[in-house]
Amino acid sequence: MTNHWIDLKNTDCAMIIGSNAAENHPMSFKWLTKAKEEKGAKIVNVDPRFTRTSSKSDIYAPIRSGTDIAFIGGMIKWVLDDMTANPGNYNMDYVKQYTNAALIINDSYKGPDDASHPGLFEGYTPSTTSAPGNLGSYNKTTWGYANTTTPNVDTTLENPNCVFQLLKAHYSIYTTDKVSQITGCLTSKLEEVYRTYAATGNKGKAGTILYAMGTTQHTYGTQNIRSYAILQLLLANMGIAGGGINALRGESNVQGSTDMCLLSHILPGYLKVPNETDTDIDAYLGRVEPATVTPAGLDGDKSANWWGNGHYKQYMVSLLKAFYGDNATTPEFGFNYLPKADSKTNYTHIGLFEKLNEGTTIKGMMCWGQNPAVAGPDCGGERNALEKLDWLMCIDLWETETAAFWKRPGANPASIDTEVFLLPAAASFEKEGSISNSGRWVQWRYKAIDPPGDARPDLRVMDELMLKLKEKYSGQTAHNADAINKLAWNYHISGEYADHADPNVVAKEVNGYNMSTGVPLTSFGNLKDDGTTCSGNWIYCGMFDADDNNKAKRHDPVDRSINQIGLYSDWTWCWPINRRIIYNRASVDLNGVPWDKGQPVIWWEYDGPSTKWAGDIPDGGWAPINVAAAGSKYLPFIMKPEGVAHIWGFGRTDGPVPEAYEPWESPMEETIRGVLKAKGGEGFNDPCCYVGKLEKDGESQNEHGSFSDFPCVGTTYRVTEHWQSGPMTRNLPWLVELMPDVFVELGEDLASEKGINRGDKVKVTTARGSIEAVAVVTRRLHRMTIGLNGTQRQIDHVGILWHWGYIGLSKGDSANILTPHVGDANTTIPEYKTFLCKIEKA
Amino acid sequence: MTEKALLIDVSKCTGCRACQVACKEWNGLPAVETTCTGTYENPPDLSPDTWNKIKFTEIGSTSDGTMRWLFRSERCLHCTDASCVEVCPTGAVYHHELGFVAYDRTKCTGCGYCTQYCPFNIPQLSGNKLTGMQKMDKCTFCLDRVANGLEPACSKACPTGAISFGNRGDLILKGSSRVNDLKSNGYSNAYLYGEHELGGLHTMYVLDEKPEVYGLPADPQYVPGYEVVRQDILKPLGWALIAAAAGGFALNFLVSRSRMVKAGKKEEE
Repeated sequence: MTNHWIDLKNTDCAMIIGSNAAENHPMSFKWLTKAKEEKGAKIVNVDPRFTRTSSKSDIYAPIRSGTDIAFIGGMIKWVLDDMTANPGNYNMDYVKQYTNAALIINDSYKGPDDASHPGLFEGYTPSTTSAPGNLGSYNKTTWGYANTTTPNVDTTLENPNCVFQLLKAHYSIYTTDKVSQITGCLTSKLEEVYRTYAATGNKGKAGTILYAMGTTQHTYGTQNIRSYAILQLLLANMGIAGGGINALRGESNVQGSTDMCLLSHILPGYLKVPNETDTDIDAYLGRVEPATVTPAGLDGDKSANWWGNGHYKQYMVSLLKAFYGDNATTPEFGFNYLPKADSKTNYTHIGLFEKLNEGTTIKGMMCWGQNPAVAGPDCGGERNALEKLDWLMCIDLWETETAAFWKRPGANPASIDTEVFLLPAAASFEKEGSISNSGRWVQWRYKAIDPPGDARPDLRVMDELMLKLKEKYSGQTAHNADAINKLAWNYHISGEYADHADPNVVAKEVNGYNMSTGVPLTSFGNLKDDGTTCSGNWIYCGMFDADDNNKAKRHDPVDRSINQIGLYSDWTWCWPINRRIIYNRASVDLNGVPWDKGQPVIWWEYDGPSTKWAGDIPDGGWAPINVAAAGSKYLPFIMKPEGVAHIWGFGRTDGPVPEAYEPWESPMEETIRGVLKAKGGEGFNDPCCYVGKLEKDGESQNEHGSFSDFPCVGTTYRVTEHWQSGPMTRNLPWLVELMPDVFVELGEDLASEKGINRGDKVKVTTARGSIEAVAVVTRRLHRMTIGLNGTQRQIDHVGILWHWGYIGLSKGDSANILTPHVGDANTTIPEYKTFLCKIEKA
Repeated sequence: MTEKALLIDVSKCTGCRACQVACKEWNGLPAVETTCTGTYENPPDLSPDTWNKIKFTEIGSTSDGTMRWLFRSERCLHCTDASCVEVCPTGAVYHHELGFVAYDRTKCTGCGYCTQYCPFNIPQLSGNKLTGMQKMDKCTFCLDRVANGLEPACSKACPTGAISFGNRGDLILKGSSRVNDLKSNGYSNAYLYGEHELGGLHTMYVLDEKPEVYGLPADPQYVPGYEVVRQDILKPLGWALIAAAAGGFALNFLVSRSRMVKAGKKEEE
């Protein structure tokens, strides 16, 4: 979240899209309910299904699954048109001065509206290999600024090559009629949503977007989020109270695990993973450090470019000192001990399982709090792939389907050679440590009770594993042995933790300290590139004070912040440096005066003994643009090389602006640009999306289904009563009582056509497989009419819960038997949320 | 003492069922074995092991924008004019000094009159198959918590603030103000249910639709007069039954057994 949970109470309008917040984040509705009750806020919910969230929304807009970009693209067009007609209703100063709307783009750029490559941006090359991978790639050189170091600016926004005009041209085709034909949402409803949400573009009004996996789990999930970002920037909703783009994390510590490099492309603190071209630390820094870009002609004349200006090295060297301690010596600081990724290999979940399925390179797997046998895309194929392992270690609270894959229904245990170790894990109440919630709040938890039996905290398991590895590697000189031998690993101190790793010691290392004095560092501004400081994660630096107090342990329940907007700045600690709302320099005008004086985030104090920022921790302490001297007028978006936010985002692999493509399996025949399905991926699907391959005995387990065989749109999701792949809830009788069986939801039209009654057993089938479930026939889903250019067709959604598997108190078929092994163009997150299926009575 | 009450604002309820689970957890009630019958609602009914459940109701339609999915926590309403208290022959069911309807399980003979005369069908009978002994159970208002200065488990667990616990007078003010808000936001049928019904309920609802839509009787009735007269005869008889039970509970067995056969459809299931 750019903002945080409590800040939802400050909003004037919350658009919940790609998220069932009431269901999966019940506490969000504590604050949204307050906003409704105390501010008269509106809640808009966009979803294929009428959900528990819809039930509490003022406006419900049903859309076909996977059509967010069309839906939001239509809103962007609506806003751009309205901006021209009624500029007074928008914060044009913000758009011109704080975003790249006014910057001039390379005049060779041609978008998907160009007749020579409809549906594609300039520079596309389709992939020619039959190996699994991205459908194609772009040469992005024409997507950037005309002048790449000091981009020219037209603050009248009239230059045809400025971002604002290119955006207008790009979305001009996204009329409400066309959007309605793609999304299945009535034009009257589209206009109602557009008008309602666009009203947050007024100065002093705040709109927030809440999203979750319904947004991300698409072959163009990243671009779905980009479309929200563009909208929020046009409406000046970033950085303000009650605004922002708020990713509702699906697990209490997903934010923390992402911060600590759960994902394969990053190190802690979002530092990039080194690859094979990084022969030394300088080569690495040369590749990853962005050059500063200074727009020529904005009122702000200085870009902080926080990832540049030497910071990257400070953070990287401090990380290496945390990893390797005294072994991290100049000039490399142990950089070469780090494993280097092969830039051509996909290390994400999908890529990993495909490699695993090949059976040659991956011999063992540690499955830590993960259950891919239920949660993985095309999980039937992934279960088969597990058989290729020599060994598998699972660590969880209960036996999972993954740990039991060798005895799954239909498998012959005698023919599976994998050795499986199942380690019992301690639950959250049985161990001490921190979790970082969606709002980036790092909250310390204490152990309430001892774990049962042999169950142990993850940290203790990791510690014992590492110490054993060090013992085994001791004295060895083989390649990579140093990665383990040189590792600084000393987390046993005294007292309760005399014999195993102390999470408090880990936390202090994550924060960072002076290597010679051991005194914690109170800000990442104190990190050095000379090896005198360490920090396991630069964005967590400042969690400790200089007296060794961990601020994540603070629990002051009173909002003591001067602006009284629910910052609760003394309740635990949030990264970065306790800044509760990030990008907050964009919440004020050029003089440092809040756009919204009713709920200011920060403001420049002109009176008093010294002029300074007040309120939340500002995004950089420099004076406001109009107050600072020439040459130090810092632009507000400090993490961007050019200091302004990206309406135009040329870093993405599949286009600088989101284009409405179709899911890998789609009920449509053509796209908004008239690209026909028959053309395959090029401009019909996301042209860079990842299409996987999972073969068994030479036969594909990742077949593509057609609309003629599979005329329903399938989607998967969770319910409040169960948790992810289910081990933690399908074993609890009280929760099983509430939701005893896997079910599918379908509308009354489809049900009566198929002779399906409420409570019937039904069979849902895709090109990958089929499952059985109970039918929940409901008027909360309805038949939609879609189709461009008069090719109308009617479609029905079939919604499937994905919590179930073959182990536990409550057993049932896994929805992911149905989902494809395809992924997002930028991240390879699987397309769980849209596929084609059919349904019949079982 | 000041009367306590619960105010359940259905317009804030997301149907998450944290209250349903919290009720079971605090009161040590076992899970009921259920199957999915094509709805989110489960268990299908209140029972001796389920004192609070969310009722899910779908009205309107998504295709024309009128769709509503309604959630209501169904449990004892703790009436002032409580038929169950009146008809209970042994005085097992009584008004606690804080206003709500409590019961003493040791005094319950399982006669089942309370289940018969409750206008909301709340009290539930459980039978011991071996002895034939029956007992009534229902929401206790978390007597053990409330008497010790805590709020009931359901309101404690509610994430959205849909369930409030407090002084009944304060909650009437709060509920009335919410009803006015809802009315001004277009919910013309908004209503504070329980301010006046049956002499005043101690579980009150802020409703945004008519009571019937939420499965509540628009005009709940107190047990008719002649029944009360019968009570005055039956009550002493009930005590006599207890005496018999103490002696060997043979008579009790016969009476409760026959009652169980009559009213005990649930037992059959």
